Amino acid sequence: MDLSQSLEIATCTDPGMVRSHNEDSIAADAANGLVVLADGMGGYNAGEVASGMATTVIVTEMRQILSGAKPYQVDTKTKEEIAPKIVREQVLKANTSIYQAAQTQPQYAGMGTTLVVCLFYDNRMLVAHLGDSRLYMTRDGKFKQVTRDHSLLQEQIDSGIITAEQAKKAAHKNLVTKALGIDPSVEPEIHEYPTKPGDIYLLCSDGLCDMVEDEDIGMTLSALGGNLKLAAEQLVQMANDNGGRDNVSVILVRVLREYPGTKGMMGKVFGWLK
Amino acid sequence: MAKLILSMDGLVLKEIPLTKERTTLGRKPHNDIQIDNLAVSGEHAVIVTILNDSFLEDLGSTNGTVVNGNPVKKHFLQNNDVIELGKYKLKFIGEAAPAAGAGGDKADFEKTMVLRPSTMKAAAQAAAAAGGGAQAAVAARQAAVQAAGQSAAATGIADKDAVKAPAAPAAAPAAAAPAAAPAAAPAAGAAPAPKPGGQPLGAIQLLSGGNAGKELELTKPLTTLGKPGVQVAVLTRRPQGYFITHVEGDKRPEVNGQQIGAAPHALKDHDVIELAGIKMEFFLKT
Repeated sequence: MDLSQSLEIATCTDPGMVRSHNEDSIAADAANGLVVLADGMGGYNAGEVASGMATTVIVTEMRQILSGAKPYQVDTKTKEEIAPKIVREQVLKANTSIYQAAQTQPQYAGMGTTLVVCLFYDNRMLVAHLGDSRLYMTRDGKFKQVTRDHSLLQEQIDSGIITAEQAKKAAHKNLVTKALGIDPSVEPEIHEYPTKPGDIYLLCSDGLCDMVEDEDIGMTLSALGGNLKLAAEQLVQMANDNGGRDNVSVILVRVLREYPGTKGMMGKVFGWLK
Repeated sequence: MAKLILSMDGLVLKEIPLTKERTTLGRKPHNDIQIDNLAVSGEHAVIVTILNDSFLEDLGSTNGTVVNGNPVKKHFLQNNDVIELGKYKLKFIGEAAPAAGAGGDKADFEKTMVLRPSTMKAAAQAAAAAGGGAQAAVAARQAAVQAAGQSAAATGIADKDAVKAPAAPAAAPAAAAPAAAPAAAPAAGAAPAPKPGGQPLGAIQLLSGGNAGKELELTKPLTTLGKPGVQVAVLTRRPQGYFITHVEGDKRPEVNGQQIGAAPHALKDHDVIELAGIKMEFFLKT
């Protein structure tokens, strides 16, 4: 099913005001309902290489799979939908590619990348993430963060060592506890949420959420939601106006109308049994 | 990325990013930076860049290499150092020249890094030591606040912001006393730069329609105007001033009788905006 009639997508990426390289990579495939954002790390241009590999591998592989299968298809063996499995597998594939490149080529040693992948299907959205790139959403005027960072800071907040208020001023914002391409294997965090027409989803690198208050991001989305491209540019501009200390990338996805999956006989039966 | 700015007699000739580990300077064409002047030796000097540090080394040149007026053999380049070769000058700009107040070397520190499970414990301890739980952070902030207060008192400025500092985020004390409170810098460094504050406040006054005469102060970073579905524009408040941008609708807003383009349009004091049939005047409050 082609989702480009049901989803509107706008993207914007910028090196920021300080860095000379853009180590972020973004990719969007409206037809398949797939968006990917990665924020690379590593010396010289290795960060760009890692994030570029992540987006390319995931988009190409997913395209390949989705041309022959539906995310909401039920696996005959496990009796579960294949969406989480195929997303996880492609993330692992990207992990292996980056890890191997880092191991075999000295100039890429130690490279890695954060990742947020969203797959829209059957009036739902599946999100897989690693590291401190985030997914936010607005629904009925309410703006909230969907993913929880895999970062030292978030762990400290969770364990009560510091408060969210102190976290804003913490010096070690940059330490992530999970990333793609660092270890031979990785476990992305995967969740699934129902979507509603009118929802706006925002994927962003830490260059946005470190520089712009959540409140201002939410306000921008509610004010400029009518013009998604402008909203994306405005968010990047706000990060740069506030100092733009890191690369800034945003992907905005708006749900225009419902996109129910057409289930086959088997799916119907299972849906009914549930 | 560190870079050199080549100039002669105050005229900037070019910018050279230091991308390589060794960047050679000299008169002969095989040098990375060729300066075709007889005062410059064939192989005059080399700049070795390791991570964010750059070192200048004179390669036994005839006329020598001068940095900031002093002849050097080997020199650890600092931001804004000026290297002189004959009548040419090369200004060294270090990695991420200080953007705002708190210093530039932090840019690299802020780069995202991954914590390996093995290093996790050590880092957690380091972070705990750095953060000292809440105590050290609080202590640092207090120091900053005190320093801010002292510096304000010393200079005799009864600044409202300085007085308010205890309540304000750490960015405020850091801005008030960047040098006086180095202890507070790590805490303040990661906070977003202060909001555009120094600029005059803008406002719009409606000139026609049912609410004619009504005034609206533009305090928020962005304010939307118009009727959703018909014509909407947004006024953004940026450090450079106020801008109007078309958001939706077939017709774009007019400024002083001229339709604006797709790009943001800078607003000047007393510009007249027409939007969805309503005229309004933009002005700056003093």
